[in-house]
Amino acid sequence: MVDVDLIIIGAGPAGMAAAATSAQGGARVLMLDEQPQAGGQIYRNLGAETPPPAYLGASYAAGKPLLAGLRTAGITGEFNATVWRIDSDAGMPRVLWSRGGTSHAGQAPHVLLAGGAQERPTPFEGWTLPGVMPAGAAQILMKTAQLLPRDAVLAGSGPLLYLIAAQLIDAGAPPQALVETQTPAMMTRAMRHLPRVLLALPELAKGLALIRKITAAGIPRYTSAAGFHASMRTDGRLDFSFTAKGRAHTLCTPILLTHQGVIPSTHISRAAGIAHAWNPAQQAIAPVTDRWGGSDVEGLHIAGDGAGIGGAEAARAAGELAALDILRRLGRIDKNTRDRQAKAPRRALTRAMAIRPFLDAAYAPPPEILAPDGETIVCRCEEITAAEIRQSLEGGATGPRGVKTATRAGMGPCQGRMCDLTLRGILENCGAAPALPRARTPIKPVALGELAALAPHRKTKA
Amino acid sequence: MTIDSRFLPRPDAGALLHMTLDGAPITARAGDTLAAAILAASGDASRHSTMGTPRTAYCMMGVCFDCLIEVDGQPNTQACMVAARDGMVLARQNGARGLRKLSSTPAQSNADG
Repeated sequence: MVDVDLIIIGAGPAGMAAAATSAQGGARVLMLDEQPQAGGQIYRNLGAETPPPAYLGASYAAGKPLLAGLRTAGITGEFNATVWRIDSDAGMPRVLWSRGGTSHAGQAPHVLLAGGAQERPTPFEGWTLPGVMPAGAAQILMKTAQLLPRDAVLAGSGPLLYLIAAQLIDAGAPPQALVETQTPAMMTRAMRHLPRVLLALPELAKGLALIRKITAAGIPRYTSAAGFHASMRTDGRLDFSFTAKGRAHTLCTPILLTHQGVIPSTHISRAAGIAHAWNPAQQAIAPVTDRWGGSDVEGLHIAGDGAGIGGAEAARAAGELAALDILRRLGRIDKNTRDRQAKAPRRALTRAMAIRPFLDAAYAPPPEILAPDGETIVCRCEEITAAEIRQSLEGGATGPRGVKTATRAGMGPCQGRMCDLTLRGILENCGAAPALPRARTPIKPVALGELAALAPHRKTKA
Repeated sequence: MTIDSRFLPRPDAGALLHMTLDGAPITARAGDTLAAAILAASGDASRHSTMGTPRTAYCMMGVCFDCLIEVDGQPNTQACMVAARDGMVLARQNGARGLRKLSSTPAQSNADG
């Protein structure tokens, strides 16, 4: 039974903007999200009844109009819904999701994938220890549980580190130090993108203000840092060692927050059969789309960070553009109307993306994170080290599948989300062909009982 | 040994939810995920991997599966994806989960330990 025109997977900025735009255009929309409410990770818990803590700042509160847009008639939201398969039935896209222990199937002529991003895995020796956590994960705890990390060390690279440091300062829980992997060489490479950055001066000014706040709070910043290593004392605290500008340091902290930017979440788009390509500037796998987010699979569009990292403003604009294209394909607007209404989001997208090449170059992930060595665990689930992966390559493995067969890397419950890119980095580093890793249904673990219960439902549909 | 929470104590927020973790009482605030409640309570490992190494919740968004825990007898539950409720019985997983008899509980996922 088809009772919606569009299924949107993911209720972050792209999904929310697309839902509002398409519903305003008369489309009936079903929105699915894995979390209990809309917002995505960036605006997570912004829709809660209690107002957010002031320290989360204006960039967090800026998501409120997007949440308000979901009140448009024609939008049905289903939350705590984990999509585990996208296929097609009788030529129409079909989505299967699990909710509360029961699986459901839904069909619509159009599906928009707006699953967003995840943090880039940051492997180093000790990154699986209790107390080591991605900085974005700590920010989720700030947003959802008002939990503030105690005397944290922020380590890695990227604008999110500065934002979180500033939020922690405002919350009265300043971090102990920032340990930053960016080098002067990266900044030099970034400088050639400066002319474009002039389009994004407000963004640049915001970033500089964050850095000023960190400096004014007297928080030490170690730059050109490398050689990360963490070990745990008997009292649970971590000794975090690294070198910065050639000098060795060790900081003791209860919690080490790491970050190396974010990458598109592509399991859903890869398992759906959409073509993907390597984006060297962002060091990530991304789906291939047209300028409306359309893919090479009939009926599937992709918008937001899941199509390539651009941030919330870019995601919002891309969501609107995809929705306009879907409205045209549904016959609800003509091509001229689509193109006319696309002008504003197209401009917003250009503006939002202007700073991206600069950020990608200035805060590039360092080689030791992309292709680690030695006893560093690469696959957290199966606990496979970089040395074991390199040995499998010497032993004849020629690509991701061979390494997987030889070592089990990528075969745990996260299905490679935490090691796909690192495995690729090591393959490239060893001169092997880094083929695109496969992602298969179900893209999240589903109980066999759920699959069995789904079977008769499918039969009655046919 | 017991390790202090790696997070600052939260200001009093009134009513608490009461659960147990390996038999010991643990509280949560309304809106907490299980992972948040556990991280607020303790800096200890919330799971030991199949190889016996200690882990705590990591990504907080359902990606990494490091927060797997047994909830009311259901193993391999993602603690970062489940809201805390009064009376929940939580148990840390140490090592791999085995298959269980179908009669004991309804069908369940058996992703990994």
